Amino acid sequence: MNAQPAGPGSASGPAPAQDQAVEARPAAGQLPRPAGPGRGATVLEQIFSGTVWVPIGSILLALLAGGVLIAAADPQVQATLGYFFARPSDFFGVAWQTVSEAYSALFRGAIFDWQADTFVRMIRPLTESLVSATPLILTGLGIALGFRSGLFNIGGQGQVILGAMFAGFFGYAIGLPPIVHFLFALLMGAVGGAIWAGIAGVLKARTGANEVIVTIMLNSIAGYLLLYLLKQSWFTQTGSTNPASRTIYETAQLPLLLPPPFRLHAGFLVAILATIVVWWLLERSTVGFELRAVGENARAARTAGVSVSRATILAMVIAGTLSGLGGATTVLGTEHKLSGGIAGSIGFDAITVALLGRSRPLGVFFAGLLFGAFKAGGYLMQSQTGTPIDIVLVVQSIIVLLIAAPPLVRTIFWPLIKARRLVPGQDRGGAEGDTGVGTRAGASGAEGTAAGRGPVSTGASGTDSEGTGQADEDSTGTKGER
Amino acid sequence: MKLELRGITKRFGSLVANDDISVVVRPGEIHALLGENGAGKSTLMNVLYGLYAPDGGQILIDDAPVSFDGPGDAVAAGIGMVHQHFMLVPVFTVAESVALGYEPTKALGILDLDAARARVREISERFGFHIDPDAVIEDLPVGVQQRVEIIKALSRDAEVLILDEPTAVLTPQETDELIAIMKQLKARGTSIVFITHKLREVRAVADEITVIRRGRVVGQASPESTESELAGLMVGREVRLSTDKGHAEPGPETFAVQNLTVVDKAGSTVVDDISFGVRAGEILCIAGVQGNGQTELAQAIIGLVEPLAGSIVLEGAELTGRTVKQRLDAGIGFVPEDRTEDGLVASFSIRENMILDQYDRPPYASGLALRPTVIRDAAEAKVEEFDIRLTSIDDPISTLSGGNQQKVVLSRELGRPLRLFIASQPTRGLDVGSVEFVHKRVIAERGRGVPCIIVSTELDEVLNLADRIAVMYKGRIVGIVPAGTPRDAVGLMMAGVPESEALARVADGSAATMISEAAEEDLP
Repeated sequence: MNAQPAGPGSASGPAPAQDQAVEARPAAGQLPRPAGPGRGATVLEQIFSGTVWVPIGSILLALLAGGVLIAAADPQVQATLGYFFARPSDFFGVAWQTVSEAYSALFRGAIFDWQADTFVRMIRPLTESLVSATPLILTGLGIALGFRSGLFNIGGQGQVILGAMFAGFFGYAIGLPPIVHFLFALLMGAVGGAIWAGIAGVLKARTGANEVIVTIMLNSIAGYLLLYLLKQSWFTQTGSTNPASRTIYETAQLPLLLPPPFRLHAGFLVAILATIVVWWLLERSTVGFELRAVGENARAARTAGVSVSRATILAMVIAGTLSGLGGATTVLGTEHKLSGGIAGSIGFDAITVALLGRSRPLGVFFAGLLFGAFKAGGYLMQSQTGTPIDIVLVVQSIIVLLIAAPPLVRTIFWPLIKARRLVPGQDRGGAEGDTGVGTRAGASGAEGTAAGRGPVSTGASGTDSEGTGQADEDSTGTKGER
Repeated sequence: MKLELRGITKRFGSLVANDDISVVVRPGEIHALLGENGAGKSTLMNVLYGLYAPDGGQILIDDAPVSFDGPGDAVAAGIGMVHQHFMLVPVFTVAESVALGYEPTKALGILDLDAARARVREISERFGFHIDPDAVIEDLPVGVQQRVEIIKALSRDAEVLILDEPTAVLTPQETDELIAIMKQLKARGTSIVFITHKLREVRAVADEITVIRRGRVVGQASPESTESELAGLMVGREVRLSTDKGHAEPGPETFAVQNLTVVDKAGSTVVDDISFGVRAGEILCIAGVQGNGQTELAQAIIGLVEPLAGSIVLEGAELTGRTVKQRLDAGIGFVPEDRTEDGLVASFSIRENMILDQYDRPPYASGLALRPTVIRDAAEAKVEEFDIRLTSIDDPISTLSGGNQQKVVLSRELGRPLRLFIASQPTRGLDVGSVEFVHKRVIAERGRGVPCIIVSTELDEVLNLADRIAVMYKGRIVGIVPAGTPRDAVGLMMAGVPESEALARVADGSAATMISEAAEEDLP
């Protein structure tokens, strides 16, 4: 965080004071000694250090790019392009109409459908968004907790599958009294996710195995494990050869919060509860203090007596518990039986949700809601306007791309910021000063980069490799400790 | 060549790093820029070297204004710079290093290494450097690497040589050799800008002294000024350079290290069969040049590295095999050498850093829950007690200056009853005022009957603080000498000379260094 890139936009943001304080102060502390090696920000810090407006800017840009694609894919728009120079107004008119129709359908499908004939139907989209958001929030919280602990947990998908598998199996294979049954099934889902993530945690802590690779591999294993089990009759408990399980008992279904046709179930309450618990855990508990310390500076944490390997395993287990709950709510709340595609792409979308939420519990909650809305709205958009649902995927992907590159977003919004900044003259001087340093250091080539604070790319890539090296060192270090 | 900086101003946002600074360096003069860390010396030199564009002011060479767009321009104008952290490629030879960036080429762009070799030889002979052009950089001692940097600058016909904190990495004897080189360069007409915060060296070598404080020139001084005068100018108030520590009243030996051997990851022995003991209420300083095993020794005591052999006993209890947490619980206070990497979490708030190794025990936690009010109150109290200058305890620790960051670490480690206190380089990078403060706190801890181990590469600090001095060289203890041992003897021991020989050489006068002579003059 203390080596924010000296790119054109680095010392600026439209408003938030927090951002400026964090960025400007350390810079001031460093500048008198420019020859010192800039203690760099890790990629994670790069991603999370900005303020709320980077995600919001990313969402806007992504929707804009999505709009271009919607227009480009539309046959009518393509037709008007044929005589664009004769009547350009046709093109713009049709393009505007297509895009606005698609997005309004997206909105109607996600929040409020003013074209529906009954009130229930009008507000049903909002509840559908909440239903879709539930597993995303839960799994996103798990991924975010990993990020905060310095772990790239890519294994959300596998953990969701295991969670669904455990919860589903105990939902139909055993009979229990009402309430107890779905609570038990939820618990088993959490256990399933925790075991799956725990494997990766133990491997990393004990052997130094890279958690990214391990969790990706565990995703594949989980997927095929589920497909295998769905072919075993002892597991599916159906007579048919269909790769799907029996339906769970009604006692195991999560209670509905609203009467049918609404599908909103108690899983959403679990998601709210989990958000609060994760916040408390990270910000108010000794465990969270430990995890965050390890995530931010493992060496200092070790010096302070924290067992880095224990923290690693713990972080993965908690992350897996949350992801497992995500899978459990899917099967117990909406699907009610296991199938090969039970997890959809929840595990991967959750990574995006965690990034968009900047790994803060509340941020993840809102990012989950947004993605839930995209998911729910995408169906209506496709059915009513013929716009492919893939556009939603594209928009989501662009959001991730932009979030991972805050300087890009800043650069795009730079003219806007500059315009706003021109008003308070003092700030403007500061911003220009910084730009000067950046360009100068860049211009003076290698020596400049080494001596001064280098241009954006150098800082980022340099610290990236440093970060990885450090992580490896730490795991070997802890091994030696035993 | 006469170099003049006239009214140089450099701002970084709201921070004015250089405020209307004017300095004149006359031909053949050694001009010292004296100032504390963060005073703006390096910024000024980076402006001069073309790395920063000044916001105001002019650079004049022989009274003609010039402007530099980058180091290339500065080099062309005859300015050479030796950075504090050397800019050398470890696997290159000396000749390759000197040629880098200005490669002499033959036809078709083939690198003319012979020309580079000849150049190295020529300069090295001229100044008596004895450097083999084909030696590989990483095999050379630090002092020699520095000479390669100097040769590099001279090979570009530098008439003004900027040396940025050149003695930070050298032993006292190497420093002495560097001073001889500087005098030689001066005799041949090269001007030298010598950036430092070490008062002794300034007095030993400078012709002219410009003192900078908070980005401004606060005065010119002559080398005849006393150290306390210079320190007063530098800090802006009267400072006491040596802390009055009174008599030690050591109790029984409560901490002992026996035959300790530590092997690093690469398999080389970094701590080699070391034994020593520390008595309650005694300060044992571990002296030595950086990289002679002191760091690893301290890490082994706190448990960050597990020794290959040997024992570490605190009050009769064996520490080896215990975790860091258990050792902290046993009453060890540990100040790590690299506070930003090992002592603090940069993005954590000051408040959080103050409980970094206490977070999970009372009074800061009850069960799993942290107790924010208790933590906050304790932090406020520590800010008061340790006089930490800050805006809010909720700010990230990275917003504090080095001195205040170190005070946070100290407030954490000294803020509870200790049975052993270990600090590695506790004053590295701190200004004179903070150094004084840290020393006082260490002495206060000694007064409480705590055995203290201070690892330091700064000989002044060692001589000032220690009740006994253990000198380390290549992983071994060369000798343990009492306080009051002549400075030059300790200096020789830091280079591996055995205790008896070092004392003998000091006695017959063959080991006297210019720096200690300069210090002698101060004595009444």
